[in-house]
Amino acid sequence: MSTLPGLYNYWVVVFLMMAGFYVVISHGNLIKKLVGLGLFQTSVFILYISIGKVAGGTAPIAKAGVTLYSNPLPHVLILTAIVVGVATTAVGLALVLRIREAYGSIEEDDINRQDLADDQGAPRAPEPAQAADRKQAE
Amino acid sequence: MSGPDLLGAILSLPVLIAMGVVIARRRPNLRESITVAGGVLLFGLVAMLAHSVELAFPPRLVLAEPLPGLQLALQPEPLGLLFALVAGFLWPVTSIYAIGYMRAHDEQNQTRFYAAFAVSIAAALGIALAANMLTLFVFYEVLTIATYPLVTHAGTDEARRAGRIYLGLLMGTSIGMLLLAMVWTWQLAGTLEFSRGGVFPDTIGGPVLGVLLVLYVLGTGKAALMPFHRWLPAAMVAPTPVSALLHAVAVVKAGVFTILKVTVYLFGLDTIAELAAADWLAALAGLTIVLASLVAMTRDNLKARLAYSTISQLGYIVLGAMLGVAAGAVGGGMHIAMHAFGKITLFFCAGAILVAAHKTRVSELDGLGRRMPLTMLAFTVGALSIVGLPPFGGTWSKWVLVQGTLDAGAWALTAVLLVSSLLNIVYLLAIPVRGFFVAGPAAAAEIREAPLPSLIAIAVTTTGCVVLFFWTEPLYRLTQAMVR
Amino acid sequence: MTLVEHLPVLVVILPLMAAPLCVVVDHRRAAWLIALAAAWLSLAGSIALLQQVHANGALDYQLGGWPPPWGIEYRVDLLGAYVLLIVCAIAALVLWFARLSVEREIAANRIVHFYAIFLLAFAGMVGMIATGDAFNLFVFLEISALSSYALISMGRDRRALNAAFQYLVMGTLGATFILIGIGFLYMMTGTLNMLDLAARLPAVSDTRTVRAGFAFLTVGIGLKLALFPLHLWLPNAYAYAPSTVTAFLSATATKVAVYVLLRFLLEVFGADFSLGRMPLDTFLLVLGLLGTLLASLVAIYQTDVKRMLAYSSVAQIGYMVLGIGLASTLGVTAAMLHLFNHALMKGALFLALGAVAYRIGSVTLRDFAGLGQRMPWTMSAIVIGGLSLIGVPPTVGFVSKWYLVQATLEQGLWPIAVLILIGSLLALIYIWKLVETAYFGRPAGDVAVVGEAPWSMQVSIWLLVGANLYFGIDTDLTVGVARDAAGSLLGGTG
Repeated sequence: MSTLPGLYNYWVVVFLMMAGFYVVISHGNLIKKLVGLGLFQTSVFILYISIGKVAGGTAPIAKAGVTLYSNPLPHVLILTAIVVGVATTAVGLALVLRIREAYGSIEEDDINRQDLADDQGAPRAPEPAQAADRKQAE
Repeated sequence: MSGPDLLGAILSLPVLIAMGVVIARRRPNLRESITVAGGVLLFGLVAMLAHSVELAFPPRLVLAEPLPGLQLALQPEPLGLLFALVAGFLWPVTSIYAIGYMRAHDEQNQTRFYAAFAVSIAAALGIALAANMLTLFVFYEVLTIATYPLVTHAGTDEARRAGRIYLGLLMGTSIGMLLLAMVWTWQLAGTLEFSRGGVFPDTIGGPVLGVLLVLYVLGTGKAALMPFHRWLPAAMVAPTPVSALLHAVAVVKAGVFTILKVTVYLFGLDTIAELAAADWLAALAGLTIVLASLVAMTRDNLKARLAYSTISQLGYIVLGAMLGVAAGAVGGGMHIAMHAFGKITLFFCAGAILVAAHKTRVSELDGLGRRMPLTMLAFTVGALSIVGLPPFGGTWSKWVLVQGTLDAGAWALTAVLLVSSLLNIVYLLAIPVRGFFVAGPAAAAEIREAPLPSLIAIAVTTTGCVVLFFWTEPLYRLTQAMVR
Repeated sequence: MTLVEHLPVLVVILPLMAAPLCVVVDHRRAAWLIALAAAWLSLAGSIALLQQVHANGALDYQLGGWPPPWGIEYRVDLLGAYVLLIVCAIAALVLWFARLSVEREIAANRIVHFYAIFLLAFAGMVGMIATGDAFNLFVFLEISALSSYALISMGRDRRALNAAFQYLVMGTLGATFILIGIGFLYMMTGTLNMLDLAARLPAVSDTRTVRAGFAFLTVGIGLKLALFPLHLWLPNAYAYAPSTVTAFLSATATKVAVYVLLRFLLEVFGADFSLGRMPLDTFLLVLGLLGTLLASLVAIYQTDVKRMLAYSSVAQIGYMVLGIGLASTLGVTAAMLHLFNHALMKGALFLALGAVAYRIGSVTLRDFAGLGQRMPWTMSAIVIGGLSLIGVPPTVGFVSKWYLVQATLEQGLWPIAVLILIGSLLALIYIWKLVETAYFGRPAGDVAVVGEAPWSMQVSIWLLVGANLYFGIDTDLTVGVARDAAGSLLGGTG
């Protein structure tokens, strides 16, 4: 397996990805889930960036005498993906914030238990929307 | 009016009547006048079609082409004309009957009743005149849906349960089997057009055709072949005019009509004669005939007894279709008309008894013949016609059917037909016998005959039973034209 | 350049630009009008596009004049124009319906944002359809997905928040899988343009990288598509989202995902690779069938009508996936036909539910008791939509079922045909539970007299119901386009 050291970037990616995935599915805390999700996404960013490297190539800035450049396209793409990732995290955090206001908890088990109670027609908690509305209005 | 226009008029008239009924909902007299007048006009149109149509060059009306190469189209042929004539004639009669019945019974939602009734008739006529299996199927489903509000008319829990059985069985069998058979036929034959001698190429093996035939026959739940017959007794919760026209004539006859059409025009009688599956289905029909007769004997509720009698009589027609001989199909076709007149008379009488005497059970009818002699007399005539005794219409269809079993060499089925006639006598004639010859509480003085409109309707259909005995020739000619 | 040549990008730009405009205007009624105008203009554009594409073949558009593979290319072919039409039509009708429903269901200070986000979700979907660039597709996918999470979380019930969060986690996992898949393809081919990919992939398709990319893409799209058993996010998200959002998403989001699946499987990888050499056809067949049957069974036991129909959506997606799994022109035609038809059915049904929610404030089965008398028009719409779902002629559902059954019989798979029809019968059961309750149930307790829904709502509902009946009889457009598109996707073979 002589290629193993040569492909170390993939091992890093795989490790980060699995770690992130594991956090997402194993943790009940919504914030931790988001952290895991971020890790998971970041691993893919690294994958993209690392494949843009051309052996022996230099930074893709036009300069006299240089003929071999690294591929800049993956970097550009990943800029967009990073923005998407940030947006995802932002929406996720906003949701967690509202969940905390509505349920008084950010533990998945706890929330699911309350959901179950709602499903069985227990008296409903005060309309969560209004509390959040006030917050937003401030 | 040209042929296609006439077809269009026949299909759209009942729909227009349904609209008229809804518009005139606040004025009952106008509403009922629209129904009756429209019904008479409709029968006139159907008669005109039957009279004018050149069977060698039937007119064709294409409504749409929902799937490439597969049209929604109407095109009359002899058997369809027969069915259309029967349904078209009995609708105005039933409407007249319904006026008396619904008002005397003080039913709710009469507008919905008359409107759904008209749509049902449109669907029945669509089935009768369908040019191909797809068109037939479309109207078949429309009929199921349009009759659902009629079956559940009372809105009680019982009606709701009955509606569930009704819809579940009819739609379940039609979507589960009939649709499958249809798509399969389309796949094999490339057409669903009804044509003489069948559509299947010779290369298709017997086993496949056998499976298809079973799918078609069992998938036509409206034919009430056991074990898919439960919807019919359940549907008896509907008002009596519904049971009379739809569950003795339009709906159930649409079922056996479908089976006849499929055997004659999709498979071809010669193919049927060679299929082992047809023998099994004939045996199933024979079993249905006998079992339903036996069950009918145990039923004390008058309408339930008539319902099982209907199941048994429908078995005759399925049996005729499965024989694979000309006489079988002819007899089946004739029985559609003969049984329609006989059974509708019986239902009319049952409804009259319910309205006038408030009795629903056979055991309560002792002595009723003294108070309602006309009704009981009509009941006797209808019963005799169904049993198959002269001088009533039912004689001929049974005669031809028995001949069909002899032609096919199916002795056991001949025996079934004869035994079943004996059973008919037991469970149907017992009723007038009780009414006329057993003294009982029903002879009470306050019971009078049913309202006049109902009596008129009863008189018409009773006369029909007699007339069809002496004037069978047009009927015979139409059904003969189907197999020639 | 004429306007027509700009259409592929205009239909995307319109809602994308209208969204910030809504926020800037910051007036409820004006925001609604802007959204409505954007949606209807997009609809007009999509109709023009379909005509154009039908007559002259696929339309290409190079963003900024950069030719592919350097620039991003927008490309609308027949399949794209067809899906675009249904998505725009649904958006236009749902927005017309939305005004009253949104006022009732969403807090006043959020209405403007609601329309802006709605437009973003719409723009994302349209972009996914119009783009010819794999990475651009991922970006639009995330635009529409992020807006969907926000839209769902605006539901009145707090469970909507949890549902939105679950959807966010699942959706992001799915989108990231898609991103990995696209990355693998890029590694092997050095291009992101779908046509280029399609041209270069066959040369390298036997490598493990391409196969891994294929697997990542399929699973990722499967998550978006709510393919059984990756559907867990869908029922709650649909059940607790605001009525208009449910109607819009159920009729479009999963459809666009099916479209993306078709694009990647049949165009980028090619049917030969994805359904031939990879065993995906069997997978799709089995998962589609399982989804259809199990989700229908679960739907029968739901007491919340919205959730019942959500499970029904999972079941109907099963039909589409099954059609693709048949790997024949007829099967793909059936899938595309059902894509269109199901959007019509579910659009009509969920909008009618929205009208019910508007009047009585709830959509549990219990509250439907006696509604047949109190809201006759809305209930009639539900009955017709339900019949369409069951597949009764002459509705669109019948046409779908016909083609699907025909496609299975064509390959001699009659047990599958039987199972498809059993799925129909299961639909009969859950629809009829609803119908019986509405027409025969006695409302419990005191009943405030409830009238029919306002006419503006009825217009949208009945236009969709009318489409359900119309396209059940006149199938020139749907069947014609679906068959042509399927034929060209499968390269005219099969």
